[in-house]
Amino acid sequence: MSRTIKIRKGADIRLVGAAGNTLKESAAGSVYAIKPTDFHGLIPKLLLKEGAEVKKGTPLFHDKHNPSIVFTSPVSGEVAEIVRGAKRKILEIRVLADTSNTAEVITKPSSMSSKEEVTNSLMSSGLWPFIRQRPFSTIARPSDTPKAIFVSTFSSAPLAPDADFVMQGQESAFKAGLSALSALSNGGKVELGVSSEGNWFNQFSADANITTYHGPHPAGNVGVQIHKTNPLNKGEVVWYCNAQDVVNIGKTLTTGELSVDRIVALVGSEVSSPAYYSTKVGSQVKTITTGNLKEGNSRIVSGDVLTGDKVNEDNFIGFYSEQITVVPEGDEPQFFLTEGWLAPGFNKFSLSKSFPTWISPKSKKFALNTNMNGEERKFVVTGQYEKVFPFDIYPVQLVKSIIVNDIDMMEKLGIYEVAPEDFALCEYACTSKINVQSIIREGLDTIMEEFK
Amino acid sequence: MKGLHKFLDEKIAPPFKEGGKLRRFWPMYDALETFAFVPGHTTHKGSHVRDGIDLKRTMFLVIVALIPCLLFGIYNIGFQYDAILTEAGRIDWLGEARHATWLEMFIYGAPMVLPMVIVSYAVGLGIEILFGIINGHSINEGFLVSGMLIPLVMPVDCPLWMVAVGTAFAVVIGKEVFGGTGMNILNVALTARAFMFFAYPTKMSGNNVWFHTGYSDSLAAAASPNVIDTFTGATPLGLLVDTPDGATISSVIANAGGGFDFSLWSSFMGFIPGSIGSTSVLMCLIGAAILIATGIGSWRIMAWAVVGGALMGGFFNYLGTLEAFADNLYLDIPWYHQLCLGGFAFGVVFMATDPVSAAQTTRGKMWYGLLIGILAILIRTANPAYPEGIMLAILFMNVMAPTIDHYVIEGNIKKRMKRAKLAIA
Repeated sequence: MSRTIKIRKGADIRLVGAAGNTLKESAAGSVYAIKPTDFHGLIPKLLLKEGAEVKKGTPLFHDKHNPSIVFTSPVSGEVAEIVRGAKRKILEIRVLADTSNTAEVITKPSSMSSKEEVTNSLMSSGLWPFIRQRPFSTIARPSDTPKAIFVSTFSSAPLAPDADFVMQGQESAFKAGLSALSALSNGGKVELGVSSEGNWFNQFSADANITTYHGPHPAGNVGVQIHKTNPLNKGEVVWYCNAQDVVNIGKTLTTGELSVDRIVALVGSEVSSPAYYSTKVGSQVKTITTGNLKEGNSRIVSGDVLTGDKVNEDNFIGFYSEQITVVPEGDEPQFFLTEGWLAPGFNKFSLSKSFPTWISPKSKKFALNTNMNGEERKFVVTGQYEKVFPFDIYPVQLVKSIIVNDIDMMEKLGIYEVAPEDFALCEYACTSKINVQSIIREGLDTIMEEFK
Repeated sequence: MKGLHKFLDEKIAPPFKEGGKLRRFWPMYDALETFAFVPGHTTHKGSHVRDGIDLKRTMFLVIVALIPCLLFGIYNIGFQYDAILTEAGRIDWLGEARHATWLEMFIYGAPMVLPMVIVSYAVGLGIEILFGIINGHSINEGFLVSGMLIPLVMPVDCPLWMVAVGTAFAVVIGKEVFGGTGMNILNVALTARAFMFFAYPTKMSGNNVWFHTGYSDSLAAAASPNVIDTFTGATPLGLLVDTPDGATISSVIANAGGGFDFSLWSSFMGFIPGSIGSTSVLMCLIGAAILIATGIGSWRIMAWAVVGGALMGGFFNYLGTLEAFADNLYLDIPWYHQLCLGGFAFGVVFMATDPVSAAQTTRGKMWYGLLIGILAILIRTANPAYPEGIMLAILFMNVMAPTIDHYVIEGNIKKRMKRAKLAIA
């Protein structure tokens, strides 16, 4: 079954520095790390001490509330350091890689259609955390049965990797991964969300339900795809997984050896030659960025500029990140007549029409920096969020219900259907510079507390 | 400009910063600094890049859209004075037997309007700064627009002290008590006008306030030696309140006086007496074009208000043909002429679209606009005590806007509940 959905509301933020179609090997890294902070709401419990020997696939820590969900080492070596932050919160578990390349043997499921066996293999290998759930956008709970499993095969975020390029040559692994995921939803076919601009995924029309999406960002957000095809009601759960991780699941379950490969796009206006890099989950940022950045004060973001995390070169690529974006820091004050609020602004990209750039051709790209471009204010302008928010949900009213902590209203207005990333464009566009994504996360946290 | 910023930061800012002597006055300094320099604040999480627009630019663009109305308003004061002279049979200007040039008319009007603008900004911003200092919050840009709107909705002969009192009332009671910009329920400029309308009715409406008849000081006296001390004249809408039996619209227009032209064309262009900035539909349309092109004003509200006004005007035109309503001349004003009279266009373009006090949902904006249009013409036509209805119509709909939004959102909630029930069944 194949259908087409056109997304009208949304916007593509046209940034300079998209990756060219070249795939490079990342520099050999010696340190890898898994960061418990990549998993919202997770309380990690360490399983190893510093200095312990690990193989690829050896559990490093598990979820305190759900010990069967383990997080494993992406490489063989030794646990080099456990980095802690305030209140001894665990930030990173660093593994110093050795050259032995030994790996834990993962029990392969005897059949890809056995839910129990597939689940066990995914849990013991440490691949389970790649499967996340809506509502809340957290790691899926193995005890749930999702009403569907979604894979958004493309990202529509600014400078996102081109899925067709990244997935080249992964046909059989992707197919195996799809059947494993089907088993998890009791044989229901996986819902594949496909970009109208790609065609690599269309070969799986027999293995999955394919929906083609036309339109601007956030058409590639899994939240939008769920909302448009099978919207979530209170009490329901759907799971989702990134396409590259479906490949890892397929490879691991067919070979019995953990696969955590990742192709990461290094993009942005401050990258000298944007390209794709073949690396592993948990690699250090500098294995990709060294020698590839332009001079100057810039910000490295693990992920896309709308939702990613600020990192530096010594940090590690996020667990779910498929791109590293580097943009200039905007920490210089701007004189109001020459570059500030009263300047014509020929270099400012805006979703409002208050800058002359709105008439520039679609091919014109911009090098945006991290300046807020104004100060935080109360809600004044209306209609801005609605223009970039393709849900049948009233975004401003939902945000306001969260600000006043009205749980009943949050539920009524559809908080179960959204995640912070769905509000990223609202946050971008906001005249009053309100940090909407943080507010949505607060609201989701409040609701999660209610369920405990 | 880096040097200037460094100077500000090193020489001027320290006493205002944490621990400085003038710490309390930080909001004042902050307002000035952020006016001159968009701060180097960067994002921390969430979206790392942000849209170029901010509230300052938004508000500034509204002021740009108001400038045609302001300039025309200034000019129109001189134009009306020339019309009075003509009416009195004295075609003279600067001692010559001629009409004033457009520049002379403009120069005649400027000394009346600019002090009002200055008073309105001084009082309003002064109060904003005071509240900023008391509450320790930074000063919001909302008043930049209100400060321009207030003088534009005043009659020309309104004394400056009244502008000051009205502005103070609107900013304190209309806005600050609710929490400042973004939290007010009513449009601030209309709150000022409504307050003055009810507190000083003789200075805000009637026959004595729409004209400025010469300056008493020597300079201006030289400009127009044949000063007419008093002149009584109503706006076109006011004129219709008191008409002899058997009068018709065309007879009233024809008898408006030698210097006056209340025809449709004249009302559209704005050569009629009225509140300073609101007479010219053409200038309001230019403003509307700017607001819509920049995406700052809601075209939905404007369009639906015009639809509402036209529908109501058309309905009254129909009633006017009936025997029972023969003596209400307002019913006979053609609906398209209705839309060009009074402050309808100005209110719809600049006041109804105030995003804070308007309906916030897309569908809500439709009803909000439509009802403003209907009510404005209804009040104007059915209640001769208020020949201008747009002010009350917008204020009333400001109050009703949250209710409209409530029902729109309720619809969305019901849809979601229904879907959930289907899923269970």
